[in-house]
Amino acid sequence: MSIDISQFHQVFFEESFEGLEAMENALLDLSQGVDDPELIHLIFRSAHSIKGGSGTFGFTAVAGFTHVMETLLDQMREGEREITEAALNLLLESGDVLRDMLEAARDEGEFDAERAASTQSRLEAMLGQDSGTGATAVVSTVGDEAVAGWLIDFKPYTELLKTGNDPVRMFRELAELGDLQVEVETDALPEFHDFDPEECHLAWKLRLTGDVTREQLDEIFEWVDGDCDLSIEPLASDVMQPAQEETAGNVENPPVQEKTQDSAPPVKAVDKSGDRRVDERRKGDRRSAGSADSSIRVSIQKIDELINMVGELVITQSMLGQIGSGEIEEFDAGRLEKLRDGLQQLERNTREMQESVMQIRMLPISFSFNRFPRLVHDLSSKLGKKIDLKISGENTELDKTVMEKIGDPLVHLVRNSLDHGIEMPEERVASGKAETGVIHLNAFHQGGNIVIEISDDGGGLPADRILAKARERGLVGEDETLSHERTLELIFEPGFSTAEVVSDVSGRGVGMDVVRRNIKDLGGTIEVQSTPGEGSTFTIRLPLTLAILDGQLLSVGDETFIMPLISIIESLQVDQAMVNSVAGSTEMYRLREDYIPIVRLYDIFGIAPKTTRLQEALLVVVEHEGNKIGLMVDELLGQQQVVIKSLETNYRRVEGLSGATILGDGTVALILDVGGLISLSGRGGSGRHAGADDEQAA
Amino acid sequence: MATILAVDDSNSMRQMVSFTLKQAGHTVTEAADGVEALELARKGSFNLVISDVNMPRMDGIALIKELRTLPNYKFTPLLMLTTESGADKKQEGKAAGATGWIVKPFNPDQLLSTVKRVLG
Amino acid sequence: MEATQVEAKIEAAAMSIGLSGDEDQYLTFMLGGEEYGVDILRIQEIKGWDRITHIPNTPPYILGVINLRGAIVPVVDLRQRFGMDTSEYGPTTVVIVLKVQGEDRERIMGVVVDAVSDVYDIPETELKPAPDSAKDTIMESVSALATVEEKLVILLDVDHLLNTSELSAMDGLTG
Repeated sequence: MSIDISQFHQVFFEESFEGLEAMENALLDLSQGVDDPELIHLIFRSAHSIKGGSGTFGFTAVAGFTHVMETLLDQMREGEREITEAALNLLLESGDVLRDMLEAARDEGEFDAERAASTQSRLEAMLGQDSGTGATAVVSTVGDEAVAGWLIDFKPYTELLKTGNDPVRMFRELAELGDLQVEVETDALPEFHDFDPEECHLAWKLRLTGDVTREQLDEIFEWVDGDCDLSIEPLASDVMQPAQEETAGNVENPPVQEKTQDSAPPVKAVDKSGDRRVDERRKGDRRSAGSADSSIRVSIQKIDELINMVGELVITQSMLGQIGSGEIEEFDAGRLEKLRDGLQQLERNTREMQESVMQIRMLPISFSFNRFPRLVHDLSSKLGKKIDLKISGENTELDKTVMEKIGDPLVHLVRNSLDHGIEMPEERVASGKAETGVIHLNAFHQGGNIVIEISDDGGGLPADRILAKARERGLVGEDETLSHERTLELIFEPGFSTAEVVSDVSGRGVGMDVVRRNIKDLGGTIEVQSTPGEGSTFTIRLPLTLAILDGQLLSVGDETFIMPLISIIESLQVDQAMVNSVAGSTEMYRLREDYIPIVRLYDIFGIAPKTTRLQEALLVVVEHEGNKIGLMVDELLGQQQVVIKSLETNYRRVEGLSGATILGDGTVALILDVGGLISLSGRGGSGRHAGADDEQAA
Repeated sequence: MATILAVDDSNSMRQMVSFTLKQAGHTVTEAADGVEALELARKGSFNLVISDVNMPRMDGIALIKELRTLPNYKFTPLLMLTTESGADKKQEGKAAGATGWIVKPFNPDQLLSTVKRVLG
Repeated sequence: MEATQVEAKIEAAAMSIGLSGDEDQYLTFMLGGEEYGVDILRIQEIKGWDRITHIPNTPPYILGVINLRGAIVPVVDLRQRFGMDTSEYGPTTVVIVLKVQGEDRERIMGVVVDAVSDVYDIPETELKPAPDSAKDTIMESVSALATVEEKLVILLDVDHLLNTSELSAMDGLTG
């Protein structure tokens, strides 16, 4: 029978990558001096599992490499070898090589063979061996020549049965190899009342004739080696008559006294005694499991909750069905009441289900955070700095896709802290700080968002250098002054890097604007706070889910739009006295301390509005990345949660819109994007305070 | 045909063993470590137990030792899944009461033939 | 041909029933007095005229988007696309929902036509090449000409007609 074991490959890869992660974390813990005896065992088991699985599923390169790791780890866990920093680092590197090899195996690609080979030789050097003693010790195939037969003397010790071995089975196997004659010796049987049936007191003389190799016999008796007296002698080839030994009385009918009925041909035996060691598997049959991104692990509990909710939905639906199924004439106030109740229940069911389904895509941010201990460990030693990484809130959940996309920005920010934020140990001590710097990753929920903070206790962002650079690039006027916050925000401008030396760690300053853009694409925001000499904190806010938002419906002319509530600061009726005109064309609204540009939505969208007079319209003050504008709209309608549908699926991106949604009446409403509206209006939005030099009230 | 308990902390190995044996008509129950396996063994009744050696919580050797103390499992075939480098593991296993072993890596056919040998 | 018959033909074509190898089926429609045709396999469905949500800052021949069972589908006014005079939209005005092959994926788009005409089997041999015409929108999208029942049918290349990168190249209104 042939079973296609490639169906188990994907599971193997998944669990191997998990194992590698666990291994890496444990290695890092050990290298930081965590004193837990279980750690080395965990590391060993991870390697062992990967070795076993890779061998079974035919990934021989992986198996061979892992074997060497496992040997080293075995020595360490048995206490035969000291667990040194060098060893741990080598094992960390080996883990990387292994990951590379596994990915290559999974995606049917290539791995870095040179690196693998050199890492392996370093492992072997540490073991004090040279390569070659690796995987398989081939069993010596001695005595392969078949003889006419064998004479076997088999005397099990009394305890043999308690290992679950049964002479009967063994004889049956022997009988399949050739012609078997069995004689039992009952001399050693004790008296009946002394007789313990769980013990074996019998012995046998067996005569097996046929084309049988010594190896085949060895195999059958392999398991009971040490639990019996066994002697195997070849029969002289001309001795063919059955041995005529006296048989003691057949008190207990001996289990086996059989000639083989079907003398199975040696072919079958060969099958059994076939080398159990590794034969080189064909590399052919491999399924590329595809990228690991396409599947997700969900807790059974979440699924059960969902199933319950579906059940309730079914109940509600059938209830509504009942209400609706009576005669129209019989539809009275009572029924209407029931209908209302039913609809309310339906709304509840749907909302719960929606939340529940969203939950399924939620994973703890630890999946993203867990690459950082290694990153910090490697980079800090490379840079010669001492850095401690603290992580909190790693159980905070967020949408799987959001998490995947936030990975790179986070890496960039952490690398930045490592490279530019935390000072060299000497410098820190000189300024009275602890030698070891701290980088803190924190995550928590706030409102409908997840907040991620990356803070360090380094030197902080150099505001004056940033301002100088900005002036250099003409981003800021020579005599313009900016608030501290606005200065720091300049780092998000493209091409901005004040690093004196472009290090290969964080790159050429192409980072921050890309980071902000990526976060923006996810519907999120990023802010920075910094105090010179004390450190910096980057705060990222992301919506918990991509697909749903709370929206304010508004209308301009005949058209209905949706403004995300999160973007709205406030809505107000226009007080004409607060409207100012700058340079004849730009309208500004004075709202407390701010001058906010007014954007006539009907104008930039080319819609015929209900009114063109400001005082008859409403102003919705919205903001985007610190910029505020006031949108002139005709009416404010209700607020509701909307499902975001992409315009790009069948059409394309439209500036000023972030998508569309379908309202209750089936019509399509467009969702506004403040950033796009600001661009369209050609105004930079306000971030400036009243009293700024170049603004004059009309 | 037989009721088998398959114990291994590796998902993929467990799945493969389970699948292979089920294909051959056996009933298979899975456990991820020794503690789980022991509990299942106590509650149920198995004709054969196949167990990996290296597992968290309770390893294969300890499991075999424990099983042999249960009256139901005094003579039940207990097989270890072991790697070829563990020659002393085999001895340890036998000392604990293992019936025999299957050497990793193995393919489904090898598994089946060994199981057949032990079930008779 | 009646609407239901047309729909039945569309479905049948999608399942490759009743088609012989060298014939293709085309759905024809009327536009400004002329008869045009598109490959029936490109047709997802035919909708009656429905409320369209206008999208700001788009070329005039993009009427807006509609809700097609939860999907947001843009609708193109072919008359405007071809530079013809616009007309009133009435009860016979229909929207033909087409599957358009973009560079990376398939999109669903609707086109507004005056009326749906018929479904014809036109063998390849009957197709005549379109006349060369530089920079004429209509001509660029014509894949072939055919004579059916003594009428001229202008066969259109759906992808070329509705390729969105082209559409975006056409408008210079967005920032």
